[in-house]
Amino acid sequence: MAIIERPTDTPAIAGAAAPAVTPSTSYGAFRRPVETTGWKSWVFTVDHKKIGIMYGVAAMVFFFVGGFEALLIRAQLAQADGTILSAEKYNQMFTMHATTMVFLFAMPMASAFANYMMPLQIGARDVAFPRLNALSLWLFIFGGIFINTSWILGGAADGGWFMYAPNSSVPFSPTNGVDFWVLGILITGVASQVGAINLIVTALNMRAPGMKLMRMPIFTWMALVVQFLLLFAIPVITVALFLLMFQRNFGATFFSVEDGADPLLWQHLFWLFGHPEVYILVLPAFGVISEVLPTFSRKPLFGYPFVVFSGAAIGFVGFGVWAHHMFAAGLGPVSVAVFSVATMAIAVPTGVKIINWTMTMWGGKLWFSTAMLFAVGLIIQFTIGGLSGVTHAVAPSDTQQTDTYYIVAHFHYVLFGGAVLGLFSGIYYWWPKVFGKMLNETWGRWNFWFMIIGMNLTFGPMHILGLQGQPRRMYIWTENRAGEGFFDLAFWNLVSSIGAFVLGIGAFLFVINVWVSRKNPPAPADPWDARSLEWITTSPPREYNFARIPTVHTLDEFFHRKYEDVGEGDAHDYRKVATGEEVIAFEEQHGDHHIHLPSPSYWPIVLAFAFPVLAYGVIYSTLLLVAGAAIAVLALFGFALEPPTADESEYDPPPPDGDQPSKELAVSV
Amino acid sequence: MSDSTVTDTPDIDPTGTTGAPESDHTEIPPGYDDGEDHIGFEHHHTATGLSNTKLAMWLFLGSECLLFGGLISTYMLYRNRQADQLGPDQLWDIPFTSATSFVLLMSSLTMVMSVSAAKRKDERGTRLWLTVTALLGGLFLAGQVYEFTVFYREGLGYTTSLFSSSFFTLTGFHGVHVGVGIIMLLSLVAMLARNRIIGDKAETVEMIGLYWHFVDVVWIVIFTLVYLVPA
Repeated sequence: MAIIERPTDTPAIAGAAAPAVTPSTSYGAFRRPVETTGWKSWVFTVDHKKIGIMYGVAAMVFFFVGGFEALLIRAQLAQADGTILSAEKYNQMFTMHATTMVFLFAMPMASAFANYMMPLQIGARDVAFPRLNALSLWLFIFGGIFINTSWILGGAADGGWFMYAPNSSVPFSPTNGVDFWVLGILITGVASQVGAINLIVTALNMRAPGMKLMRMPIFTWMALVVQFLLLFAIPVITVALFLLMFQRNFGATFFSVEDGADPLLWQHLFWLFGHPEVYILVLPAFGVISEVLPTFSRKPLFGYPFVVFSGAAIGFVGFGVWAHHMFAAGLGPVSVAVFSVATMAIAVPTGVKIINWTMTMWGGKLWFSTAMLFAVGLIIQFTIGGLSGVTHAVAPSDTQQTDTYYIVAHFHYVLFGGAVLGLFSGIYYWWPKVFGKMLNETWGRWNFWFMIIGMNLTFGPMHILGLQGQPRRMYIWTENRAGEGFFDLAFWNLVSSIGAFVLGIGAFLFVINVWVSRKNPPAPADPWDARSLEWITTSPPREYNFARIPTVHTLDEFFHRKYEDVGEGDAHDYRKVATGEEVIAFEEQHGDHHIHLPSPSYWPIVLAFAFPVLAYGVIYSTLLLVAGAAIAVLALFGFALEPPTADESEYDPPPPDGDQPSKELAVSV
Repeated sequence: MSDSTVTDTPDIDPTGTTGAPESDHTEIPPGYDDGEDHIGFEHHHTATGLSNTKLAMWLFLGSECLLFGGLISTYMLYRNRQADQLGPDQLWDIPFTSATSFVLLMSSLTMVMSVSAAKRKDERGTRLWLTVTALLGGLFLAGQVYEFTVFYREGLGYTTSLFSSSFFTLTGFHGVHVGVGIIMLLSLVAMLARNRIIGDKAETVEMIGLYWHFVDVVWIVIFTLVYLVPA
């Protein structure tokens, strides 16, 4: 437990007896980590903001890993009979590209925002379970590293990100790649599961006074829906992964057709997870741009309740459409018809959102900052992807498109055009909040335009390639299959590959922007004239987030503290009556004197470390399995026995003269 | 489940958190009203009224339903895909399994006794009933191990057929859950004895109880679908 003493003129604090600072070992084998700077302050932290930043940085690293894999794929396909990758390596490459982008970039990046922003947006000082939050982070990082070590340990998984069994069983994929994949996804699944429980409890339980559910900022709402999706989707994939693990490692025959198994079992289990997963990827981005569009349109979000409920509706219906991934599998006409209609139905709440965003911009005073550009880009690109999605909902048309590049075009428009653009919008929007500095807007524009042109060049031609019949997952294409004129496969494949490199440059421009912006002067406290609660504190926020917990009176609380409605009757006319700085200064003035925060802990990272050890044990040796289990048991008991409150003697003594603040994250034991 | 929450520390300055109007009330910027609609909010209360840990346990159990749902579905799909005519009709010893199921159900009763004792702050009773619950759970597990041994002797190995794999996987997952529950119960007894429980003791007991009851309820479903419903 750390206690933070803030400067105060209350003599009661200053006059308190100063107990000696004696780091205590009474509750465990180790002293609690106490560092406030250096690597230890990050590795053992339980601060949701540091955890959020680490989530973001790790996700970005994996984004470039996955991007590199994509470039290799496109380089291979740029010309007929490509020779850059062998067939085996190509299979591994597209499998790991998708796995990395889905599980190691898009999901953790959304977690980064949810971790960082959700407590701030609901007026909390941390998440409900800070140590479990750290556990989630390290499970994700170790799981991601674990999967990628397969590259140097005999080759990565090669069954596609859906890892269809029996194609992923030992006879068809004899290397350990699939084992790494299965165990790695199990580990990151635990991370998501723990994170989901943590964030749901946070959003439901830790709201500031007056923060009713229908006053929650829209990003928090969408993040909450996503956590519910994770909560109920992850256990299903966990079952599938365990069955596959038992099949590959312990001789079970769950997916062996020759032993009478049902080849559709995996597909059902996987897509029952896999389709909600699509919304897990895209809803956080929807939440981000639902914050960005109102801010840069100078208007409240059009139809806030509709955006909330359509998000929840997407969550519910998202569990009832999984079989549309299996139209070509022979489910029978009734199933196909039902899932076809359900799939068309889910387009409705999505369309509602598009209309809400458009109407939010309609008549607004638009400010095209980089964040806004990415948000508008999302609306347009996602709509294109949504329209091609409706063509899959029509089962006969889907049967034509299944396993062609048309599908690849579709899901890159919804995932890159939806999730990635939205996440970048959020990065530009919240960068000054998180780091206290602005990102360079000029470089930001280059970043945006390269990415948007690159993505359309890459994925646009894939519609044509797919409708011409170029199959997915083929490591080469041949000249004699190339069509003529507009349907020339060679031409469009080359365009697509060039586009991929433009896109790669666009993504790299973001790194340059971060580098260029590193010495920018401190950003203003309210650079965008924002609307929601996370801006009612300093940038970057201190460990305790808010000097005092803000009391919430309305949706868009920050906006309404800055602006007063001077309109008569039904006419609204908002006049600015206070700057953001003034609102923040007022809160600071009335800050709490004692703020208790949970102190750092060793146990989350130790417990997380046990998981890859266990996983290597499953693949290589029982000895490692035992070692991993021992670490896990030790860490679990350490975790459970660690006290949240320390003795008086373990707190930092108040400063003797009463007017000097002590170190902010003082002694933690 | 014992994480401290930043909000339940009692000595947070109440005037700072409830936003009560203070003497320098004139400094409130225009547009900021002093918040009359938050009466009844206490800082250390959660917004839903459920404690963080209890809500988390409910959510965890909710997701566990999907885990067992997937395993039970797999079993139902494969229950008739047997080898060598080794199926439920040949193997099940319903009276025996009914007896062990009864033992497990009785452990829910003793768990309730323990929660009730904890609420009365009867520490000795709490520990006693927790121990009895763990023993009954252990008895059930012993029964399961015995049953597995018998099936194995009769020729039903883990990889014998799709039926056997899915049966052992489903009941094995349940057995592991019971095992984890027993470890938690015994740890709880030890921690109570050494006064190492963090936070509300009665609530900690109640939470382990929630988990234990859940595992029992899942067994009722498994027992019905796997043993009682004819193939």
